[in-house]
Formats: sequence, C-alpha cells, structure tokens
Amino acid sequence: MKRAGFANPWLPILLLVPQLTIIAVFFYWPAAHAIQSSFFLQDPFGFGSTFVGLENYADLLGNKEYLKVAGFTVVFTLLVTFLSLGLALLLAVKADNVIRGAKTYRTLLMWVYAVAPPVAGFIGILMFDQSTGPLTAFFQSLGWDFKLGVVYSDTAFAMVTVSVWKQVPVNFIFFLSGLHSIPVAVREAALIDNRSASGRFWDVTFPLLAPTGFFLLITNITYALFDTFGVIDTLVKGEPGNNPMNLVYKVYVDGFRGNDLGGSSAQSVILMVLVLALTVFQFRLVERRIHYT
Amino acid sequence: MASVILNNLKKTYPNGFQAVHGADFTIRDGEFIVLVGPSGCGKSTLLRMIAGLEDISEGTLSIDGQVVNTIDPADRDIAMVFQNYALYPHMSVAKNMAYGLKNRKISKAEIEKLVARAAQVLNLTEMLDRKPSQLSGGQRQRVAMGRAIVRNPKLFLFDEPLSNLDAKLRGQMRIEIRRLQRELGVTSVYVTHDQVEAMTMADRIVVLNGGRIEQIGTPAEIYHRPASTFVASFMGAPPMNLLAATAAENGAVSLGQDIQVAAGADLAAGRKVTFGLRPEDVALVAEGGIPFDVQIVEELGANRLLHGQVAAQPFTVSVPKDNPATTGRNQLLVRPETVHLFADGVGARI
Repeated sequence: MKRAGFANPWLPILLLVPQLTIIAVFFYWPAAHAIQSSFFLQDPFGFGSTFVGLENYADLLGNKEYLKVAGFTVVFTLLVTFLSLGLALLLAVKADNVIRGAKTYRTLLMWVYAVAPPVAGFIGILMFDQSTGPLTAFFQSLGWDFKLGVVYSDTAFAMVTVSVWKQVPVNFIFFLSGLHSIPVAVREAALIDNRSASGRFWDVTFPLLAPTGFFLLITNITYALFDTFGVIDTLVKGEPGNNPMNLVYKVYVDGFRGNDLGGSSAQSVILMVLVLALTVFQFRLVERRIHYT
Repeated sequence: MASVILNNLKKTYPNGFQAVHGADFTIRDGEFIVLVGPSGCGKSTLLRMIAGLEDISEGTLSIDGQVVNTIDPADRDIAMVFQNYALYPHMSVAKNMAYGLKNRKISKAEIEKLVARAAQVLNLTEMLDRKPSQLSGGQRQRVAMGRAIVRNPKLFLFDEPLSNLDAKLRGQMRIEIRRLQRELGVTSVYVTHDQVEAMTMADRIVVLNGGRIEQIGTPAEIYHRPASTFVASFMGAPPMNLLAATAAENGAVSLGQDIQVAAGADLAAGRKVTFGLRPEDVALVAEGGIPFDVQIVEELGANRLLHGQVAAQPFTVSVPKDNPATTGRNQLLVRPETVHLFADGVGARI
C-alpha cells in the first residue's frame, strides 16, 4: 500500500498540536500534579506543604475504612458491569425478535440513555424515598423495611439499581447494532444446524457479538468506576457518613471535604495504576480470544 | 434420500405481496431439480419454504412422505448451501463442518471420521484448521459444500451457490457439484438465475416467472419445446427470436407484407401468433430465403452472432465460425420443424 507523506516535516506536528495540548493540559499535567502532591502533606489552609515520602500511601493501605471502600468498589463495579451488560444483551436479543412495533419498542428502551447521571440519581431518590418512594412502598409490602441513606446495604442496592438502569440503554443500542451486523445467512445456517435456540445463541450469536461485548466491557467498567460519581453523589446527598461509596467518590470526599489533598492524591495515583493494569489485562487476555470479522 | 412433494404451495407476505402462486410438483428421489427464473420470480422464496426458513402460507410440503409445514428447519434433515457461503466466521473449517453433527448427538470419533472424509472428497484436508477468513472464495464454497455433505441429509438445497465465484471457477464447481450429487444420490433443489447452470446441471428444470411456474421439464424439453414465450426467451443464449406474425394458408405464417415462412402449422388463416426461431436453427443461403438485414456482426470465436432485422423486427442469427458473415442484405433459410409458434398475448405454445 502506498503511504501518503508530508512534504514539510513540521506540518504533521502542527496538526497534532491541538490534540496534544488538550491531553497535556487535561490529563498529563493534572496526573503529574497528583503524583507530586501524593508525596506531600498539605496544610489544610493551603499555606504550605511538607514532603512526607510514601507516608500517604502507607496510611491508606493500613486504613480499614479505605480497604472497605476498595472492597465495595470491586463488588459495585462487578455488579454494575455484569448486570448492565447482561440485561442489555437479554433485551437486545428479545427486541431483535420483535416484529410488530419494533421501532417504538426499541426507542422506548433507548430513552434512558439521554438521562444524565445526577438526574438518574435524583430519579432514584424519588423512587427509593423513605416516605413517598413507590419502590420503597413496594419493598415494604414485601416485608423489607427499605431505608435509603440509613442502611448501608439498602443504599448500596439503590446505587447499583440506578447505575444499572442508567447504563442498560447504551449497552442495548450497541448490542442491537451488533446483532444486526451478524449476516442473516449465518443465522439461518445455524437454524438448520441446531434446533435449540439457546444453543444457537451461545455457539454462534454470542461469539460473533464478542467484539461489541469486549468494547462494552471496557466502557462499562470505566462507567462503574468513574461515571457513577453523579449517581452516588446524589444518592448519598453529600453526606457520606456510613453510606457506601466507591474509590472515586472517596477521592473527592477526602480531598475536597476533608482537605487531605496529599492523601486523596495518593488515592488517585492508586486508581490510575489500577486502571492501567486492568486495561493491560483486558487487552492481553480477553481480546486475544475474540474473533474480529 | 427422499422424494419431495409440493402440493399447491403459496407464499403471501404480510403486506399482501404474493411471492409464490401455487407451486405444484413432485421431486423424485435422487433427482437434481433446478429452479430458474429472473430475480424476483419467487425461486428463492420457494427454496426457503422447503428449507423452513420461510413460513408456508398455503398448501402442504412433504419430505419423504412426511408433511413438514410446521417442522423446524433443523428437524427436516436438510442441508443448505448459501449464496455467500454463510460460514461461521469464528469457527475453523473442521468446526464449521462438525457443528451440525455435534448438535445431532453424534459421537466425537464419528464426527472426526465424517469430517475427514468430506474434507478429502473436497480437497480441504490441509485447510481444516483454518478460519474462513483465511480461505479464497472457491475454498469457502467448498467448505459450504462440505458442511452440507458431511451430514448426509435427505435433501440438499442450493441458493445460487456459484454466483459469487469467477467464471472459470464457476464452470469447475458446476461439474464438481453435479458429480458429488450423482455419487451421493441425494435429492437436490438448486436455485439459480443463470440458464447455463440450469441447463448443464439439472435433471429437470422448473422455470419460474412472477411467482408462477412456467414450465417443468428436462433441459432438452425446455430447450426444444418451450411452453411459453417467456421460457423461450429466458432459456438459451442468445435468446430465441420472437416475431409478431399472422397465420397464412397451407401451414405458413406471414411475417410481413410479402414474407411467408412454411411453419407446418395448422391454424386458421389470419390468426395473430408469435413466431419463434432459435438463432442457431437458421442457415444463411445465397438466395431463395427470407431477407435479413444484418447491422452488426459479433465475433464470439466458436461462432458469430449476426444482429439485424427481419420484416422490420429485431432478429439474431448464430453461424459457425467458418461461415463468412457480412453486414448488409442476407438470405435466411428456415426449416419448418424448427419453428415455434405461440399464441398472441398470453404467449402459450400452440
């Protein structure tokens, strides 16, 4: 294949400058700043800082509260990721079979996509409200005394539910278009080769959806780790107390509420390393087993 | 191996469009049937109804004496070869062929044996571990064939399987498919829009047009005694010449004011008919024939096509390569036994 080249070697660099500037200003510079401040102990009033080396990190790893939040983050991320992917896949497969009113049905399923996370959290508050929430009333009728913001596991339940509800439509759109990209003839060939619908799904449809699934797995883990901030913030009403939160929210709480910039920077750095490791792991181990047509 | 009975099969889509208007014929055990017709004639729909991929609106379909209208495709014991091969892209060649067997609860050792044998027959042994994306078009086509024959089904269904191949490969595969089918003796239904494939491969041809069956017959019958002007013009290349004509006295037809041709017909004088003559059934003579104005000579190597006009209507003649051919006024000799006559309007054979 012939490669197009630039006559002037400075032109490609000039064209890259806007993108590089954005990355540098909004990612590398803050990241470097976070790494730097994670080695310092800041004066709460911002007058000065003392170099403390790895003390911030040592404090974190010995901190029971931090480990509890880390544990919750793992459980929360796994639940949100797998529930949103699983439900969306189920809905997409079922919606794909709908013949009458398919468009309306699909549009209704995609609707929630347009809801911003804090708004989703607010709708969650309305639904799970102690005295007026219809879901709370429903749980109470089943004998479950649901208390949002009071009982740790109840709040966690609401957080997972709202986060999943918010994410399902995005996954649904991707899975549906993934299903549409599978050639009809391949599905028909499977129809002749295998009488069991679930067998056909797992042997043919699912593997051919894997590229879509892998992409969604990464975006969903990222969503559960970072983008659920708005949902969590709204649901705990900025009063974390005994409430569950994930690592990202704790960075905010410790740094901006607790004024512990050093400690919260150290948390950010740990998160960065975790995400880096996770991404490498995904591409090395999972992607290798995926078939791209 | 089985016979297939189509009893007045009809297909009407929910939007009211009727794709197949009553298909009514029997496919004998071991027979190779070709469904041929222009696009949109309902041939694929008919095949897909036999496969079970399309619901049957009316009529019954029996395979091997059993009505299968409501039976799942997987339970009809059929194998289908698709136009774009429809291989499972994530499975190796061996797994593609084994998939249908695996789901029919056949032991691993037996599957391996069957796949190895099919691969040998189709020259695919070296490619068993490859993915479809690593194969050429012809190889994919053979894998699709392998997936069908490995199952040893009652019925093979082919949906334009050669249309994605280049001309040379198509010629080879045509012979290969026919040879395999003869060897295995499996009843087959083959859909194509290519009349050469239909003529060369079929035991019997079913010609379809606009969802209706125009004619069912052996390639020779279809060629020598086309049932309608549609069949006459669809089968054969170049197509049969069809001219508007009027019946005259003594079994002749008149093509124009003073052009009369002996046609051996017994028709009331003055009746309007369509006069059919195959381009290869006419000879050029020095004099005494009907006038033929040649405008273009097409050189095909083995023969030449002379395009021109007879009685102010387009006419084509095919002459062997050794015959001289020139543009301008020529004379044609028509033998009465080669003339086909069709009723005016409906186009049915007289």
